[in-house]
Amino acid sequence: MNAWFAQHGAALASAFRRLWSAPLNTLLSLLVIGIALTLPAFGYVLLDSLRDLGGNVSGVQQISLFMKLDASRKEIGEIENRLRQAATGKWRFVPKEDALKRLQDSEGMAEIVASLPRNPLPDAFIVEPTNSEPEALEILRKEIAGWPKVAHVQLDSAWVKRFDAFLRLARLALWMLAGIFAAGLVAATFNTIRLQVMAQAAEIEVARMIGATDAFIRRPFYYFGALQGALGGLLAAALVLGALHLLAGPVGELAALYGGTFSLRLPGALEVAALAGIGAFLGWLGAQLSVSLSLRKFD
Amino acid sequence: MIVASNLCKRYPGGYEAVKDVSFTIEAGQMFLITGHSGAGKSTLVKLIASIERPTSGSLVVNGQNLSALRRSAIPYLRRHFGMVFQDQKLLFDRSALDNVLLPLQIAGLPRREAIRRAQAALDKVGLLAREKARPIALSGGEQQRLAIARAVVNRPAVLLADEPTGNLDVDSAGEILEIFTAFHQVGVTVVVATHDQHWIERCYPNMLRLEHGSLVA
Repeated sequence: MNAWFAQHGAALASAFRRLWSAPLNTLLSLLVIGIALTLPAFGYVLLDSLRDLGGNVSGVQQISLFMKLDASRKEIGEIENRLRQAATGKWRFVPKEDALKRLQDSEGMAEIVASLPRNPLPDAFIVEPTNSEPEALEILRKEIAGWPKVAHVQLDSAWVKRFDAFLRLARLALWMLAGIFAAGLVAATFNTIRLQVMAQAAEIEVARMIGATDAFIRRPFYYFGALQGALGGLLAAALVLGALHLLAGPVGELAALYGGTFSLRLPGALEVAALAGIGAFLGWLGAQLSVSLSLRKFD
Repeated sequence: MIVASNLCKRYPGGYEAVKDVSFTIEAGQMFLITGHSGAGKSTLVKLIASIERPTSGSLVVNGQNLSALRRSAIPYLRRHFGMVFQDQKLLFDRSALDNVLLPLQIAGLPRREAIRRAQAALDKVGLLAREKARPIALSGGEQQRLAIARAVVNRPAVLLADEPTGNLDVDSAGEILEIFTAFHQVGVTVVVATHDQHWIERCYPNMLRLEHGSLVA
């Protein structure tokens, strides 16, 4: 066990030494890896924020249930019971008096409302379903529409579907972009390691002759690839955080002009660690492929 | 003990470097493999160290048949040998101490213990004072002594050397011979491929002579 720790410790130390011994090369490699990871990571954060936006925009994922004008208190109570039993999420009752008052408070509506002989607005329920998938919302809308004394059920499903389709397309594009950049990262590491193997050919040959196992020879390269990838991932996280900080102000101002509040969500510690982990894995993969191919000539 | 029976080595292209060679080297012996350049000495040393694999015949080292050995077991077998090459195969971007540390790192020794043993090995060959020097700063004789220190640092059962004095002047060659003799005297099996007359005089009759890959009586 001690030998295992000693060998892994030595391999890790050797990987650090190699990174440190050529600072310019290291910096350039980290920039390549960092930028390759930044674009998909930034896209992920942006999509995540947009998904939140989809959930927060008023009316987008809500169902408005309008009662018939002649619906009694008892019938309204019946609908409340059905909503409770359906356990679909949150809901609230909007009495027609409140709705009229709100309309009255709207700019330019006071006089019009005052001229009405009676309240034309129905009692209503605003339902915010837990499951906001477009298909689930449509099923719920149809179910509610069949309840007694329900005059109309409104769901802006087309908007929701369009938004959802956009998110799905963007997510797919993001995965494709991430795949391409991941391949680029693997290729960059592959080449770096190939050059290192060539530069250390004499050492590898001697080590083999005096009893080094394949694992002993490969291990420092694996650590190097993983370490370089992890550092590249951390650099990408820093770039994403920096970009989000720069964009936070203008995005908030833009959202305010549309009468909303929207902010870009900053990645958490877990997401930063995941980015470093993905970088480490891709770096290791590049090293693994490179070492396997490059060491064949020593067999 | 090393026992070779009808050992053959043919390289791709048909060149037969070793032809039907049989011999026995007892544990603790100082044994020479002699012959002119191209006689097959180096190939025989590489076969014993399992750097090359025989085309046919058998080679048994300490009870292990090398022909039947799995590929993954070969590195562990090589650790039983201390190898000294004619061209030393030193790492010129490392210090003398780091060169000697390499076999101990491969064996997975903790660094402190490894340094202690590497310094002891350097001391045995008279290079402790030069432990920080790069091989390029050492003379030919010192480089060969450094290679010996690296070969013995793992306390191998067998010390294998291929023309260890081939590139050295008479004085340096004499020093190397004395070092090998000292290791032999403490029980290490020493196998040397050489055509140096001083070795032959010292070791006769524990030797085999090769000519065009075949044993000469």
